[in-house]
Amino acid sequence: MLELHDGSLDVVEITSRWYKAVKDKNFGALIPFIGIVRDEKGIDGLSFDVYEPILNNWFNAWQEKAKKEGAMLYMAHSRGDVLNHTSSYISAVVSPQRKVGLRLINDFVEDFKANAPIWKYDLIGGKRVYARERSQALSGAGLLSKDN
Amino acid sequence: MARIEFLGPIGKEPEDIDIKNLKELKELFAGDKKLEEWLDICAVAINDTLVNEIDVKIQPNDKISLLPPVCGG
Repeated sequence: MLELHDGSLDVVEITSRWYKAVKDKNFGALIPFIGIVRDEKGIDGLSFDVYEPILNNWFNAWQEKAKKEGAMLYMAHSRGDVLNHTSSYISAVVSPQRKVGLRLINDFVEDFKANAPIWKYDLIGGKRVYARERSQALSGAGLLSKDN
Repeated sequence: MARIEFLGPIGKEPEDIDIKNLKELKELFAGDKKLEEWLDICAVAINDTLVNEIDVKIQPNDKISLLPPVCGG
């Protein structure tokens, strides 16, 4: 299940809702990853743009992959501004087997960082500054470049 | 007419364009100094699927998206 929220995530509400949804389904493990915005480099927080159609496709492909291993994925992400020391990203895997779950959450979060169509900005003095140096180019980037 | 959208930080309004393939789009954008730096780093999606070939045909009503480097979380 994929959900998008405006602003910071309500971590307690989201994770407890996910927990309640799966606790009676005999999965055995729920492994969450909760991202918290760090106070660093003078930023007030982060801000995000999300392109939902490709994000949905990307997430659904991962859900199918998880299903094949008897597991299931959850993900919540913020749109817009997220202040320091609050959460912009939560993902979780529920799995009957701990090792499968731990591997999946690692691979899922890594692939999320590299391929989910989400753009991050630093919030500095009320302005959004694109976090270009921390961003990763997607597959096929530069296709329309004059040098290509 | 196909529609092209410039996602995330590019900050440009969508445009309707009359092209038959991505090669024509590349030629159309050639010389656009503001877009040039983005074209070097953007991936391209047609109807929400990323593409890797410049010869891909474009149909009327196709949606073309330019996607700059990403960083979620």
